Amino acid sequence: MIKNSRWINLGFQLAALVLALGFTTLILLAAGAPPLEAYKNIITGSFGSFKKFSDVLVSWVPLLLVSAGLLVTFATGLWNIGVEGQITLGAIATTWALRELQDTSLPPSLIIFLAILAGMAGGALWASLAGALKTFGGVNEIFGGLGLNFVATALTIYLIFGPWKRPGVASMSGTVPFDEALHLTLFPGLRLSPWALVIALIAIVVVYFLLQGTYFGLRLKAVGRNFRAAYRLGVPTWQYMMLSFLICGALAGVAGAMQVTAVYYRLIPAISSGYGYLGLMVAMLVNYQAIWAAPVALFFAALNIGSIQLPIVLKLDSSLSGVLQGMLVLFVLIVEGVRQQLSRRS
Amino acid sequence: MDSTTIIIGLASVLAAAAPVIFAVMGETLSERAGVINLSMNGTILLSAMGGFAVSVRTESLFLGFLTGMLIGAAVALIVAFSSITLKQSQVAVGFVLALVCRDLSYFLGNPFMGLAGPRLPAWSISGLSEIPVVGTLLFKHDLMTYLSFIVIFLLWVWIFRTQPGLMLQGIGERPAAAFVRGANVSVMRYVYTVLGGAIIGLAGPTYSLSVKAGWKGTISGLDGIGWIALAITIFGGWNPLRAAFGAYLFAFLQWLGLVLQSSLPGVPSQVLQVAPFPLMILTLLLVNIGDAEWVGRTLASLPEPTRRFFARAFRALRASPPAALGVPFERD
Repeated sequence: MIKNSRWINLGFQLAALVLALGFTTLILLAAGAPPLEAYKNIITGSFGSFKKFSDVLVSWVPLLLVSAGLLVTFATGLWNIGVEGQITLGAIATTWALRELQDTSLPPSLIIFLAILAGMAGGALWASLAGALKTFGGVNEIFGGLGLNFVATALTIYLIFGPWKRPGVASMSGTVPFDEALHLTLFPGLRLSPWALVIALIAIVVVYFLLQGTYFGLRLKAVGRNFRAAYRLGVPTWQYMMLSFLICGALAGVAGAMQVTAVYYRLIPAISSGYGYLGLMVAMLVNYQAIWAAPVALFFAALNIGSIQLPIVLKLDSSLSGVLQGMLVLFVLIVEGVRQQLSRRS
Repeated sequence: MDSTTIIIGLASVLAAAAPVIFAVMGETLSERAGVINLSMNGTILLSAMGGFAVSVRTESLFLGFLTGMLIGAAVALIVAFSSITLKQSQVAVGFVLALVCRDLSYFLGNPFMGLAGPRLPAWSISGLSEIPVVGTLLFKHDLMTYLSFIVIFLLWVWIFRTQPGLMLQGIGERPAAAFVRGANVSVMRYVYTVLGGAIIGLAGPTYSLSVKAGWKGTISGLDGIGWIALAITIFGGWNPLRAAFGAYLFAFLQWLGLVLQSSLPGVPSQVLQVAPFPLMILTLLLVNIGDAEWVGRTLASLPEPTRRFFARAFRALRASPPAALGVPFERD
């Protein structure tokens, strides 16, 4: 019987996938584009060669870091939409540390290490603002977070055009790129850094064990499931909520640090690249289960990278990947609702 | 700056606020019934693109606005279906829809980028528009700006001065009690969410066919407005008049930013454009902080006159959401 219901669940999830693909195909047809051609392009653009797959991994790193952090806030029942700004502040703090330390006599590897730590602190600081607004000010974390996201973007632009502007003329292309000694080491011939990969994998494994196997994780989840009951049972609720924000912010900050030290080597206006919102979708799609976060984040990263060549090859906007990702999450939510209603009725 | 420039500027603030008014009023209606439509940011973009595309193809402004309303209603229907019938999280569904609709608008709007399209003409109301100051301020707008004034008024009357409006309040505050009095809670929630969505859907075409005519994809400058409108809805305390005040305040601050830009050449324009956001956080803080436990404790320890002053100030600013907002209704 139990085995049976597992198969039924799988069937429902497959139905969601088919519906999402079907709907996206309809949209492609409506735009007058050849659907099969578009899908083929996405697949070859992401898994077509070893180099392309390594690009997928480059995009997987920040997404996985952010998703790992969001699993913690979701476990505590918090909608940390401010994660986007937390990535940005991580990138800003990393850039600041690199700028301060680049002319010192410290060894470059130590400078990079300190800069990543600064990124962690920056992300955590920004998350603590959303957390303080929530716990002390009663401001819903969704609205506090959204507001802080916009402020973070403005701060980035201010820094790029103001105090950190390139000599000569400031532009949207960002700050002056850092010296090559301050880049994270890459695999030869690829854009992927083994360090970044290792950091992201450590993050998701740590979060998995934190949530599954520790007393701390259990208490976090207790706060998320039933705030009042947790409070009555003596869990210091607001402290746990705050900690949850800090952990997520720190991981998002590391994602921002990776964007600066391993991808762009400078601060650019769109440094967070939407990974925060994408991470929220990953967390929703895996139904807040850490074990599935890595493969689903990889799939989402592949869609992102695969759609990059759509504008060139098929004259389609690359936002198609976002449509497909969103449809997938939407249909998973809807199909799950249908399944719940059906099982309640029977 | 002389007084004529200021009056014309203020008139432009009223026009620029029109789409925000539609969004905030639609959301207020929906939330009054107990359903949060978090998709607003995406809905505005998609209805702006859809309305513009249809107007370009059919050369009919009416069909453009109708398309916007239909898109808004359709998105709201998805929110209503998943939350009322399927009992899924409104926040999750709404958030995903906000992202999907945004990406859809960029994807489907690609062929319409930068095209020249129709634009809603100004319509001075003869007689009234000749009145000094007030005429320029209120009666030299286009149809949608007038409609935005009317919507505020209608919504206020509907919620606070009519029988069905009373029932609407009940559905959002105490659905069980409303149900006992014979209201079909689920159906009414569907109706108000979809109707609210249709009003939100007017915001998009009001941008793309009037306030910021045209469709420019990611640089249309519309991304983010829906989130602000959501915050204004809270600031407005689910009261159309207070919400309208919030929307006008927001539009006024944006205009002020533009005006100040010429006198502050060192500050990039993008920084001034986000000035409303810290302010939004601050207002939300003021609206909510009176409820915080530690504030209550601190207040209790203050000397009586000071305590009374702060307690009164917090109560005036305070805005409590409809009690059943976001809570699914179970008949049993």
